[in-house]
Amino acid sequence: MIEVEAARQGTVAEGAVFIARGITKIYDMGEVQVHALRGVDLELDGGELTVLLGPSGSGKSTLLNILGGLDVPTAGQVFYRGGELTAADEKGLTRYRRHHVGFVFQFYNLIPSLTARENVALVTEISPDPLSPEEALDLVGLGDRMDHFPAQLSGGQQQRVAIARAVAKQPDVLLCDEPTGALDIETGVLVLEAIERVNREMGTTTAVITHNAAIAEMADRVVYLADGRIARVVNNDSKKDPRELRW
Amino acid sequence: MRAIHRKLLRDLWQIKGQVFAIAAVIGVGVAMFVAYLSTFDSLSGTQRAYYERYRFGDVFASLKRAPDSLQARLAEIPGVAQVEARVVAEVTLDVEGMTEPVTGRLVSVPERKTAILNDLSMIEGRYIEPGRGNEVVVTEGFALAHGLGPGDSVSAVINGRSRDLEIVGVALSPEFIYTIRPGALMPDDARFGVFWMSRKALANAFDMEGGFNDVVLRLQPGASEAEIIARTDDLLKKYGGLGAMSRDFQISNWYLSSELKQLKGFGTVVPFIFLGVAAFLLNVVLTRIVSVQREQIAALKALGYSNLEVGWHYSLWSLLVAGSGGVVGAMMGRNMGQGMLNMYNGYFRFPFLEYRLAPDVVLGALGISLLAAIVGASQAVRGAVKLPPAEAMRPEPPARYRKTLVERLGTEKWFSQPARMVLRNLERQPLRALASIIGISCSGGLLVIGLFFLDSIEVLLDVQFNIAQRQDITLTFVEPRSSGALFEVSRLPGVVSAEPARSVPVRLRAGHLSRQTAVTGLVNDPRLQRVVSSDYQPVELPPEGVLMTRKLAEILGLQQGSVLTVEVLEGARPVKEAVVADLVDEFMGTAVYMDMDALHRWMREGSNLSGAYLQVDSYHADALYAHLKSLPSVAGVALKSAAIDAFNNQMDEMMGVFIFFNILFASIITIGVVYNAARISLSERSRELASLRVLGFTRGEISSILLGELALITLVAIPLGLMVGYGFAALMVTAFDTELYRFPLVVSSRTFGVSALVVALAATFSGLVVRRRLDHLDLVEVLKTRE
Ligand SMILES: Nc1ncnc2c1ncn2[C@@H]1O[C@H](COP(=O)(O)OP(=O)(O)OP(=O)(O)O)[C@@H](O)[C@H]1O
Ligand SMILES: [Mg+2]
Repeated sequence: MIEVEAARQGTVAEGAVFIARGITKIYDMGEVQVHALRGVDLELDGGELTVLLGPSGSGKSTLLNILGGLDVPTAGQVFYRGGELTAADEKGLTRYRRHHVGFVFQFYNLIPSLTARENVALVTEISPDPLSPEEALDLVGLGDRMDHFPAQLSGGQQQRVAIARAVAKQPDVLLCDEPTGALDIETGVLVLEAIERVNREMGTTTAVITHNAAIAEMADRVVYLADGRIARVVNNDSKKDPRELRW
Repeated sequence: MRAIHRKLLRDLWQIKGQVFAIAAVIGVGVAMFVAYLSTFDSLSGTQRAYYERYRFGDVFASLKRAPDSLQARLAEIPGVAQVEARVVAEVTLDVEGMTEPVTGRLVSVPERKTAILNDLSMIEGRYIEPGRGNEVVVTEGFALAHGLGPGDSVSAVINGRSRDLEIVGVALSPEFIYTIRPGALMPDDARFGVFWMSRKALANAFDMEGGFNDVVLRLQPGASEAEIIARTDDLLKKYGGLGAMSRDFQISNWYLSSELKQLKGFGTVVPFIFLGVAAFLLNVVLTRIVSVQREQIAALKALGYSNLEVGWHYSLWSLLVAGSGGVVGAMMGRNMGQGMLNMYNGYFRFPFLEYRLAPDVVLGALGISLLAAIVGASQAVRGAVKLPPAEAMRPEPPARYRKTLVERLGTEKWFSQPARMVLRNLERQPLRALASIIGISCSGGLLVIGLFFLDSIEVLLDVQFNIAQRQDITLTFVEPRSSGALFEVSRLPGVVSAEPARSVPVRLRAGHLSRQTAVTGLVNDPRLQRVVSSDYQPVELPPEGVLMTRKLAEILGLQQGSVLTVEVLEGARPVKEAVVADLVDEFMGTAVYMDMDALHRWMREGSNLSGAYLQVDSYHADALYAHLKSLPSVAGVALKSAAIDAFNNQMDEMMGVFIFFNILFASIITIGVVYNAARISLSERSRELASLRVLGFTRGEISSILLGELALITLVAIPLGLMVGYGFAALMVTAFDTELYRFPLVVSSRTFGVSALVVALAATFSGLVVRRRLDHLDLVEVLKTRE
């Protein structure tokens, strides 16, 4: 990951943060092979908010996991700021996740035995230049719920804690897998607002997976996936504020 | 504190019951390790220091009588550092408050205190003073048993004359740390005591002026003991030497060393049963936790925690549990060790005995808890490390169930729906069910070994005293006497019948192996002293050859039909060849038996006897005792009732504690295993069970599914545990198979029953605790949470 570290110094500061070339992911299930991704080429630019849309099973999560260094493709290359992720070993990927990536999961994945503040601290304690947990929680509007355990929070609040946890390290990229999947409109909007704010205020390159076409309206760019391939890419010139979204 | 550590502590707290159960099992293992090994250390360290400081002899020899001049020749043997020639005699004592005769061993000491071998350490009073022939120093055990001290006196029959021995001091000697009378089952401080008396006075009383009948040698470092023993024997032969022997066979040292060996053996074996079970429990619980926390692990990894950090997180879990169990166990072990040492202090008498907990025992204890933690955690930690973060994002696929064997065999109609669920679950996790069964079996086994000793001892006493030695009293004469003595003895008041006893000291040789013991002659068809076969039936004595304790044959490498050399160490000291006609299983010591007449022919004597076995009318016992106390020809009187009492006293004390701890510890294992199995089933299946509740099943019905599984495991484990216990008991019997004593392998149905009951109770207790949780199952909560 020397390249990645070098990239952080700003040698390839402008332009594409992610470049994916021909990524394929095949799950070998014994009798059958599942082709989750069938040759995806993609570039994500710095500071951009991208929405990934597509039917269930189209490979969205698989793609996001690969970009986030949680998974490796069967074939193809992924570059992050000029460094090749697909050439990194387990240690390199861990370091990449630790220093550059903020993850938000569909099912929040908070640690149930830790309070909101502690869930965020989990990340700030291992990051070189983090926000304080309090700052991060304020950012998502949960300054008054710091000492609640996940079980004492609503779904939307939990998801916002997850966002606070993802952004507290001041990541270069924020990857969200269906952050509003389990939420109603109003809470969904609150969560999206938090994401949008981070993207805007901190300039974090952001990718959001959703099933919900309406959400695409807040993106700079919308990538449509179908059956493991990119069906089309649409640039959105009239970004909407999450509050204006309706579904 | 770091958030990740906070998570660890809260996770632990969440399942504190299970954590406590596992820590307790580890604690017990470690406590036993520390207790046994520290007691071993303390005792053996004290033994070494005591022997060194008080110059415990290396070679011991008894003889009939040798002139003092021989002492110098013994000292000239190369390698001999110091020679202590003594006069030793056994006498019958009359102690106030005791109707029964008491045996005293008189051991000579110089009139002025010098640095003798087996030196005395004065506990109370003073050493004897020159010119006062009646002054004696007595062993502490005897003094305590009779409440005697300086200023008191006991009366002894010495060479036919009654003499008052004035106690001036109380002392201990490395020669009598374990003060047991040869041939006795147990020490009996009330009926056997050692008295140190002026050499001059003792020699005078026993016609030993200018001579000695006992000698102790101390060797120079590096000297060849075997050679010195051989040369000592050569020198003493002419003087009726009874065979010199190494301190290994000195009775007190022999018992002490044998006890030490057992302590060490126990301390290194038993704890591992507990730690093995603990490792298994850690494995099961931690594996479950890792599986429940799949998504948390994925999140941690996604957030940038490395595999190493995640692995360490779960290892720490195990280390904390094992570490706390280990530390508390070590502290408990320290207390237990001190308690054990105190108990030993009653049987082994040392002038100083300090409890010592060596750092290496503590380190060892921590090491073995660590080992349990590592072994227990490794599989789960590996699982956590290997878990691909992307994989863990998605919930675990539903477990694959299949119809059970019984169902596939078409026998399902015999089983209700809940019963089928129980069977399927067991079949799905066969290894875990098996491991639970093994764990519970171990606890059953521990119970069996705890209790089986009672059975064994019961049989031992029964065989020893009801089948083999049916006499009430065994008399030993000072010297072998002619046949008329039997008639004399049988006419004493209260004597119902009398049988002659004849035994001669011998050295047995077979090839290069040898042992000193006695050959006992038995009359034809004896009614009192008999020899018993392994099925506890009296054995008929063969007209030719000898009978021998199986253990002795083993030691000498002999079998039935083998020929051995018997060197008699008495009278004309004939050397004979004899055939091993048969082997017998006896529990105490080692012995050789032969036909009485054949023995007389060997000795070229008439119907001499060295003692007599008496059957006594208990109504006249006191009158008989009074006579025996004054008979000059009687050197020792051994009472069966006293032997049984002494045995029971010691056993009650030791066994009570031993059994209590055994039941406690075994219950801890059972509860640990069953409770954990139940909690894990509950955690795995609470959704399923809650769903059933929602569908309308009653609490009773869903508990029967969960508890049925446990009941089935327990039911299978109990008989297995009893078998394991029988195996353990067999191992124990082998471990206790020593030259000094052996235990019969008998396990009564009472022992089996109690063991099964305790396991069942412990399992029921765990089941009830889980049942309570099940009753409080929060349906909404359970169904809401994702797993
Ligand atoms: N670990 C795996 N083993 C086997 N197949 C997998 C695995 N992970 C994903 N797949 C398959 O790969 C394909 C893409 O899955 P992916 O999770 O990326 O879809 P998705 O677009 O995120 O769907 P959804 O919107 O339902 O979350 C699916 O057919 C899925 O079944
Ligand atoms: Mg998905």
